[in-house]
Amino acid sequence: MTYESNKAIDANSITIDGETVPFDAGQTIMDAALAAKIHIPHLCHYPGLTPAGNCRLCMVEMNGESVAACVTQAQSGQQVSSNTPELNAARLAITQMLFVEGNHICPSCEKSGNCRLQAMGYYLGMLEEHFHQFNPRREIDASHSTVLLDRDRCILCDLCVRASRDIDKKNVFAIAGRGIHARLVVNTASGKLGDSNIEENDLAAKICPVGAILIRERSFDSPVGERIYDRRSISDTALTEHVPEKEVDRG
Amino acid sequence: MAERKIKIATTSLAGCFGCHMSFLDIDEKLVLLNDRIEFNRSPFTDIKQCSPSDIGLIEGGVCNADNVRVLREFRASCAILIAVGACAITGGVPAMRNYFDLRECLEEVYLNGTGVTNPQIPSDMELPLLLDKVYPVQEVVKIDYFLPGCPPSADAFLQMLVPLLDGQKPRLATDQLHYD
Repeated sequence: MTYESNKAIDANSITIDGETVPFDAGQTIMDAALAAKIHIPHLCHYPGLTPAGNCRLCMVEMNGESVAACVTQAQSGQQVSSNTPELNAARLAITQMLFVEGNHICPSCEKSGNCRLQAMGYYLGMLEEHFHQFNPRREIDASHSTVLLDRDRCILCDLCVRASRDIDKKNVFAIAGRGIHARLVVNTASGKLGDSNIEENDLAAKICPVGAILIRERSFDSPVGERIYDRRSISDTALTEHVPEKEVDRG
Repeated sequence: MAERKIKIATTSLAGCFGCHMSFLDIDEKLVLLNDRIEFNRSPFTDIKQCSPSDIGLIEGGVCNADNVRVLREFRASCAILIAVGACAITGGVPAMRNYFDLRECLEEVYLNGTGVTNPQIPSDMELPLLLDKVYPVQEVVKIDYFLPGCPPSADAFLQMLVPLLDGQKPRLATDQLHYD
């Protein structure tokens, strides 16, 4: 340990990559980092929703131990490393695995440019997918009039599940199965989105980080080349995201 | 004595030639490049066999037996091989057939498709055999550099090629990294 170890650490502070970061009781390492405008890469975390620790991109070294920053409580004296070549290499491998496990054909995807998985690839300098593609065969659900579910692109982040259950109070989605058999399902007797009460203004319909849940007829409101991650890095945008207060109140 | 020109070979496998079009989009800089490079086998020259070259640019993924043959010819002939574009690097849009069996695809197109007359699945010695899936080029041969994009921009081509002409290792600028 070559940094910070000689510094007195405040009762309610940790260090992240050598920088002293205060935290409030009950906050996670991710909460403290975001409050201090420090980007720890993440896909399945969204401030305002209960963290789930699914995607593992936010793995950090905490006092020599690997932990997921989004589900680890901040405690005084923690020395956290995040932006290191080793951790970013692991994050790159995770991102590549997320790509090959699904069917992510960016040139044909309506979400391209607004996709957080793609943006993570850009941020980590992913030039190719490295692993063999799974080419899974997954069901598309086009039964709903305004919300489309294309499971080919689902990365099982669970954000829609949490948004629908905790904010929208509709419990439309769930993850069924385990391991390689895990899949996004719809909680209706038919299993079809069209038989659910999801609406296009629900948080669950809007929070998908990839192109798995799309609002119909909106996908080309902004042209390719002028979208979020065509202009900004996910390391910037991730610092400004939060479930809107009115949604939290509604929840 | 004039400096030896760098030999560049290019090909499009299971691609749409969009990457080649984007390469030509470097416009007037192509004139500058022309002082330093010459094209070997390429759609630009119509040379059919790849002789020893310095740089090979591969557009498109690998969808049939002829793609495999050409790709191996390029690997054997080119000192540096670059995968260019989404299709070469991931299979791209042609790889959307990978979610189906090859037979399902052929039957849908040639037997059961809308407006098909005299339905039959093509089978001719002249036609290269289709592979079961469309593969990224790096699953078939070793690739030295990757130039993502659909297509990569003209500037991205320059960022890749100019350092190589100078014997440097290229590095794509963050704002040139795109998968679409």
